[in-house]
Amino acid sequence: MDLLLLIILLIVTFCSGSIIEKRHFKNLVSREKALLRFPTVSFGAKKVITNKKIVNVRMVCGEAVIGADYFKCFVSNIKNFFGGRMTSYESVMDRARREALLRMRESARGASIILNARIETVMVNDPKNPQSVPQCAVMAYGTAVTYGK
Amino acid sequence: MILTNIETIPGMKIVGNFGLVSGSTVRAKNAILDMGAGLKNVVGGELKSYTDLLTTARQEAISRMEQQAQMLGANAIVNVRFATSAITAGAAEVYAYGTAVKAQPVTGV
Repeated sequence: MDLLLLIILLIVTFCSGSIIEKRHFKNLVSREKALLRFPTVSFGAKKVITNKKIVNVRMVCGEAVIGADYFKCFVSNIKNFFGGRMTSYESVMDRARREALLRMRESARGASIILNARIETVMVNDPKNPQSVPQCAVMAYGTAVTYGK
Repeated sequence: MILTNIETIPGMKIVGNFGLVSGSTVRAKNAILDMGAGLKNVVGGELKSYTDLLTTARQEAISRMEQQAQMLGANAIVNVRFATSAITAGAAEVYAYGTAVKAQPVTGV
């Protein structure tokens, strides 16, 4: 009975997880295309090189918390035993980072450049419970600078 | 209050330095939302309530930092950084810190 329940849970979470992930990736790609190079995100640059007048300087942030599903967790626990790449978690981290970056860029609409963008990651996982499903919280922030005409 | 996470403020000159200002906040969601997030965690996908939690925590940390800077008489904070930590499951700490400065617009450019 327990085994049956586990199998049902695995099948359901596999389906729901992959559907949600596919839709999220599609959504990310379309939003990234819409925002292509605008504003420019610069990682590490701390100076503006321009002759234009600077109109506005402000900080922009974006957050995203993405959880892995039960199926991924189950597969990764097996993978963890043998070692190697854990592709199922890689996609979760990737989604969280891209989502946070996109949100930051979307909140900087109208700005010309984002300086010194940083990405901060917190892996939230209950250390007392190794069975708990990890979730990835990402915070992206930077300085948005708007040029005048 | 102008915030930047670089050492300078583009288009402005820093005329005074007031040292470190910081603000921190620990926030948690209520148990029902925690349960909802737990359910979402089984299915997979974004945990919206936790994203909101992080956003409000960040805003609060920033506003506390700004209050401190205002008390010192600064009008800008440069080099703002965030540090986050997960204290327990369902609670998030956001700590924002930076250097409070007095800035003036550059004239004649």
